[in-house]
Amino acid sequence: MQTIGRPVPRKEGRDKVTGQARYVDDLIFPEMLYGATVRSAVARGRIKKISFEGNIPWDEFTIVTAKDIPGENCVALILLDQPYLADEFINHPEEPILLLAHPDKHLLEEARRNVQLEIEPLPAIFTLEDSLNRKEIIWGEDNLFKSYKVEKGNVDEVWQSADFIIEGEYETGAQEQLYIENNGVIAIASPEDGVTVWGSMQCPYYVHKALLKLFGLPEDKIRVVQVETGGGFGGKEEYPSMIAGHAALLSWKSGRPVKIVYDRAEDMASTTKRHPSWTKHRTAVSRDGKLLGMEIDFVIDGGAYATLSAVVLSRGTIHAAGPYSCPNVRIKSRAVATNAPPHGEERFAESNKTSRQKKGMGFASFMHGAGFTGSGEKYLESVVGAEATADGRVRILAASTEIGQGTNTIFAQIAAEALRLDYDSIEVAKPDTGAVPNSGPTVASRTCMIVGKLVESAVLGLKQTLSGSGLLKENYTQEDFRQACRSYIEQHGALKSYSKYKAPPGINWDDEKYEGDAYGAYAWAVYVAEVTIDTVTYEARVDDFVAVQEVGKVIHPILAAGQIEGGVAQAIGYTLFENVVWKDGRMINNQMTNYIIPTAADIPPIRVFFEENPYAYGPAGAKGIGELPMDGAAPAILNAIENATGASINHIPLMPESLIEALGGESG
Amino acid sequence: MRAYLPEYELKPAASLTEALTLLSDEPGVWKPFAGGTDLMVLFEAGKLLHKKFVNIWNLPELRGIEVTPEFVTLGALTTYTDVQANEVLQQEFPMLCQAASETGGLAIQNRGTLGGNIANASPAGDSPPALLVYDAELELVSTQGSRFVPYNGFHTGYKQMRMREDELIKSIHLPRVSKPLLHYYRKVGTRKAQAISKICFAAVTQVDASEIKEIRIALGSVAPTVIRCSRTEDVLRNRKVNAETISAARLELAREISPIDDIRSTARYRLRVAQNVLEDFLTSLN
Ligand SMILES: Cc1cc2nc3c(=O)[nH]c(=O)nc-3n(C[C@H](O)[C@H](O)[C@H](O)COP(=O)(O)OP(=O)(O)OC[C@H]3O[C@@H](n4cnc5c(N)ncnc54)[C@H](O)[C@@H]3O)c2cc1C
Repeated sequence: MQTIGRPVPRKEGRDKVTGQARYVDDLIFPEMLYGATVRSAVARGRIKKISFEGNIPWDEFTIVTAKDIPGENCVALILLDQPYLADEFINHPEEPILLLAHPDKHLLEEARRNVQLEIEPLPAIFTLEDSLNRKEIIWGEDNLFKSYKVEKGNVDEVWQSADFIIEGEYETGAQEQLYIENNGVIAIASPEDGVTVWGSMQCPYYVHKALLKLFGLPEDKIRVVQVETGGGFGGKEEYPSMIAGHAALLSWKSGRPVKIVYDRAEDMASTTKRHPSWTKHRTAVSRDGKLLGMEIDFVIDGGAYATLSAVVLSRGTIHAAGPYSCPNVRIKSRAVATNAPPHGEERFAESNKTSRQKKGMGFASFMHGAGFTGSGEKYLESVVGAEATADGRVRILAASTEIGQGTNTIFAQIAAEALRLDYDSIEVAKPDTGAVPNSGPTVASRTCMIVGKLVESAVLGLKQTLSGSGLLKENYTQEDFRQACRSYIEQHGALKSYSKYKAPPGINWDDEKYEGDAYGAYAWAVYVAEVTIDTVTYEARVDDFVAVQEVGKVIHPILAAGQIEGGVAQAIGYTLFENVVWKDGRMINNQMTNYIIPTAADIPPIRVFFEENPYAYGPAGAKGIGELPMDGAAPAILNAIENATGASINHIPLMPESLIEALGGESG
Repeated sequence: MRAYLPEYELKPAASLTEALTLLSDEPGVWKPFAGGTDLMVLFEAGKLLHKKFVNIWNLPELRGIEVTPEFVTLGALTTYTDVQANEVLQQEFPMLCQAASETGGLAIQNRGTLGGNIANASPAGDSPPALLVYDAELELVSTQGSRFVPYNGFHTGYKQMRMREDELIKSIHLPRVSKPLLHYYRKVGTRKAQAISKICFAAVTQVDASEIKEIRIALGSVAPTVIRCSRTEDVLRNRKVNAETISAARLELAREISPIDDIRSTARYRLRVAQNVLEDFLTSLN
């Protein structure tokens, strides 16, 4: 029976709907302690003194500082610049300094309030401008985490002959991912048994790599298990390495399991957000509508440490020129440091003149590359395994996480289709670094296209082995397959097959020149928004939204449409509602009351259409769609607002407070 | 949860007398806890400074909506759900029903009370502007008896009000009016539900031969307390609605309110939108 393209039930759906699914905060281990993090509250400075005040039984507490770290005090990611615990210098206002653990989580909070930090403040910088102008050098020699340059043709020659030159500066704000489940982990760690961490996360092997360095242990002494995860949206890509390390350090010292679960306020204030950005575009156009040249300067604010800014910058750089053909292009991009917590992953109206309600329509055409940028996939060398179980079913072994987006379901569909088996005869193993190979991080719209393809080849490997050993005939039934698996396991003990990533033929990338094919494939889209502006309150509402995209073969129509609807809703929030209010590098509206995300009442009907043009190197022809819907809503909405009001606005979030300024203020 | 639980006490009161005795025996030590929808937010954030509460949620003396020919009397524990379900309120005090329907979500509407909304004394509360223009009176009780105070003037400064530490709000009285009034209510909160007001505007008026006869206007989130805008009312009374009247009213309103920049909005936005909403209301009269 065919499963691809059909809305099969989610693998973990029943458990979630019936409340059987267990998240970190549902897990309680015997003798478990609760952990808390004491943070700096000063944007930049030097720790002078830490004292333990109040009427608190301090001797009952496990207290960890940088001195207690058995290995290296850095969160291993791309660069090794971010400490787990500040030892002397502080670079952002949420910087962790000290960890506490105690069996009573209420007393723990009281204790956290009673740790007094004496910090000598140093001058800090909070804007892209100050960072670029090197008002203070706060990172490296020049505040520059990373820069890229892309050159094509000769852009300097086009300006003279151009019929029109269009220039603009564009700003986007930070955005909080606001997954439903906050960050949380439980760790058990000891010198004898090593470190095991259970947590809510996107990338178990990132955590694994970070813990190796933090504890200086061999690979097999570190085990990372993803538990049911309530959403990620890029916000649980690198941050879990931090909180996992913290819980493990507390467990290492106390000898007991330690749970750390952030509350909403701590999660919003201290974990990563989408990078704020500034872009300058200069575009030369001919009278007959041809793009002659583009010069683009793109800067992102990475916060205090490098984290994944280089990866985000690279993707931004490559997408900066949009889906257009243009012979002459220069793109310069930079990721810079500020003293804020590090940022992580994540565009005619005559009848309007007298009405208080101004209506307009706008559209955006764009693309999004699937998979890691440039040589990323080559370096990752992702591996997926498949094994036959004793009762003749097939189990997928991958570290790609189910975070609500449907990984388990589509992997099972891909495997079932490739083997011509029922969807129910496929299982997907829980991501556990002790049991599954490293299929890479669950990011970059790569899980379906890249990892899904590896799932397809791994399960086909099982079939080949069975056929090769004469146990499976050409035209087999489900029962034949099961029987063949059982026989094979009886004879040989186990049946496993692994598949490792290889770049598709003809895909080449030059890291030095930043030239070539940055992605194996792109998803293409056109989004249309209809808006109404109320000129009494200057609130903009999206009345209708149409999202048309070409994403290769659609594996699961409901999950795919849900991904687009959710992404568009998130992007509407990004464009019109979600304003991170900063004060001295710190988010001060870190509650859902004051950081306004749209409710269902604020989101219009989102009409989703797919075009399917199968991609030869994706599983059953699929490409990636994860991040795509985030890209198009802002330009479509801003264009609709321009259509409605005549005002061209180049910054988001576009709050009513700034729209009223742009439009001159009086009603009518 | 950031509060240190063992430091807090929540005492159930078996009767109104018991609650009042507690409040008067140890003045300032005990505070009422009604629906808890304001208090629990502070508690969760570790910002609830007061530690001892008397639970008044189960006191029948503070519950129920009573209708007489002159008044509608709402017990302090009247919830937003109760308000919306009452037919007399729907007909004669529609803005109170609208405010209730735009307050929080269903869970908050089932649990949050009018008494709590008033005593919480936030300038951003959504019912107070409606109560102000409906000329509400409050009945305050203590062991010494009860007294009536007009709601207009009850709030004297940010989180300050004319209520002693040993007193409770028992009920809210709304005088019934027989003449036909026009009601205009507008909450501006950027999102359609679960929003804290950036501006909240309520007005009632009686227009006769296109001249404004009676007018009452109140605004929230534009000053340290919700305010009645009596000077703007004076500018409008006995005037015809035309461009000149509108611009005079806009000007006077700007003098009468004192909005600020805060985490939710800006003074400039609040001022201009308050004026725009006033104009929208006046234009709607023609
Ligand atoms: C998610 C959420 C959304 C909300 N949305 C809105 C909204 O849209 N608009 C809005 O206006 N409010 C909103 N609120 C705030 C709150 O729900 C209201 O202010 C509610 O009316 C408070 O009533 P309560 O009974 O829960 O008060 P409580 O929390 O019990 O008490 C609040 C204060 O009033 C005092 N108090 C209570 N009853 C009495 C009494 N009878 N006499 C004297 N003092 C008393 C208490 O001591 C306390 O100081 C929201 C709250 C939440 C959590």
